[in-house]
Amino acid sequence: MIAMGFDNVYESIGEDNDDRHWAFGTGFSETLSGVEQSLPIGIDVNDLAAYCLMLGDDALVMSHRLQEWVARAPELEEETALANIALDLLGQARLLLTRAGVVAGSGMTEDTYAFFRDENEFLNVRLAELTDADFGALMARLFVFSSWRLAILKRLRASKDQVVAAVASKGAKEITYHRDYAAQWVVRLADGTDESRSRIVAGLCALSPFISELFTASAVEQRMLYAGVAADLADVRTEVVGVLLEVFSEVELEPQVLGAGYCALSARGGLGGELDSIRSQMMGEHGSGSGREGILMGAIALAEMGEHGSGSGREGIHTKAMVELLGDLQSLARSYPGATW
Amino acid sequence: MTKDAKTGQHLEGLASDPADLPGSPSGSGHAAVDIEWPLFEVFLRSKRGLNHVHVGSLHAADAQMALYHARDLYTRRNEGVSIWVVRATDIAASSPEEKDPFFESSSDKIYRHPTFYEIPTNVPHM
Repeated sequence: MIAMGFDNVYESIGEDNDDRHWAFGTGFSETLSGVEQSLPIGIDVNDLAAYCLMLGDDALVMSHRLQEWVARAPELEEETALANIALDLLGQARLLLTRAGVVAGSGMTEDTYAFFRDENEFLNVRLAELTDADFGALMARLFVFSSWRLAILKRLRASKDQVVAAVASKGAKEITYHRDYAAQWVVRLADGTDESRSRIVAGLCALSPFISELFTASAVEQRMLYAGVAADLADVRTEVVGVLLEVFSEVELEPQVLGAGYCALSARGGLGGELDSIRSQMMGEHGSGSGREGILMGAIALAEMGEHGSGSGREGIHTKAMVELLGDLQSLARSYPGATW
Repeated sequence: MTKDAKTGQHLEGLASDPADLPGSPSGSGHAAVDIEWPLFEVFLRSKRGLNHVHVGSLHAADAQMALYHARDLYTRRNEGVSIWVVRATDIAASSPEEKDPFFESSSDKIYRHPTFYEIPTNVPHM
C-alpha cells in the first residue's frame, strides 16, 4: 500500500538541488510564479476587481473567525488544524486582494483593503462572518463553507483571469482538505452522543438564514460569469447539495435542517402538522423536485424568507457580528498607521 | 491537553470521574469515558528520505483522526510525502537492560560492512 512513487529511489534523493542538505521541508513554490499577470482582454476592470474582492473577503473573514479559535480549541491538535486552515484561507485572501488592487489600478494593496475599508465595503457572504456557539457549530459552518468554496474554486480553475485561475488551482487542493476535515467532524459529532448530535444540528440550523445567499449571483457575479471569469452558482448549488446530502445521509440528518423555521419548530417539540407543511412547502418550492434533493433545494430557496432574508453580503450588507469582527481585525492597523514588525 | 470547548478554559486537575470536571453535565448518567485520547506515534517519509522516520507523537481518537492530526502537526513545512501512524501501545520495544545481549555481539564484526569493495560515488545513503 505504501508505494515509493519512484522507479528508482536514487532519483528521489539525487535531484540537482541546492537545498539537498535539508532532510525535510524542501521544494517550496510560489503560487503565482510563471502566471500571466496581464489583464484579460475585454473584461471590465471594475467588475473583475470587485469579483476578486468577493472571493478574497470570503477567505479573509472566514480565516479571521478560525483564528479566534487559536488558544481556545478543545484539543491542541485541533487548534493546529484550525490554524492551518486559517492560514490557507489567509493566503488565498492575500493573493486575491492584491489582484483586486492591481486590476482596479487604485493603488490599494492587500493591507489597505483589509484594514482600511468600512463594513459596507466588504463583499464577503454573511455566512463567513458569523460567530460560532461552540466547536460543533464551527465544524457545521466550516463544512458548508468549504463545500461551497471548493465547488466555486474548482470551476474557477478555468477562469479567463489567469491569476484567479492560479489561486483557484492551488486553493482547490487546500479546501479539499478543509472540507474533509470538517466533514469527518460533522459525522463524528452527529454520530456521537445525543449532546454532540444536538450541537451539530443547532450549528446547521443557525446557518439556514444565510444559505440561499451563497447561491444567489449578484449583478457583478452575473456579468463576470458571462465574461468567462466567474463560477456559475447554479452549478455550484447542484454540487454542494450533493455533497451535503452525502454526509447528511451517512448520519441520518434530515435535509430540512438547513431550512428556515424548521429547527425552531423542531426545538419546540415538533408541532407535527406545521412541520409537515414546511416539509411539503420545501418540496413544492423546487417544482418537480422530490426526495431528499428536492427537500434540500427547497430548504435553500425558502431560507430567503428568514429574518435576515433581505440584503446580501455581496452588496455590503452585513450582520452585527461583522462590526465586531472588523473592530478586532482593524484596530491595530488603524491605531498605528504604517506600523511594521 | 484538555480544554472545555465552550469556555475555552483549561480543565484543571483531571479527575478520574468525568462527572467531577467543570463543565460536565452533572448527573447526566453518561458512562465514564476516556478523557485523554490515546497516544499515536508518527512516522514520515520525507521527499528526500528513503524510509519513514519517527518524528513525534500526538493524541487522537482513532487511526483516521491520527492521520489528519499528523498531517496538521508534522507536515506544515512541506516535509512529507507519506505518513504512518501507529498506536504507541502497539509498539514492542527492546529494553535498555537487554542492550548488551542484543547489540554487543555485532560490535567486532567489521566484515559485515561492505568496506572491501569500491562503491560508486553516485550511490548515496550507504
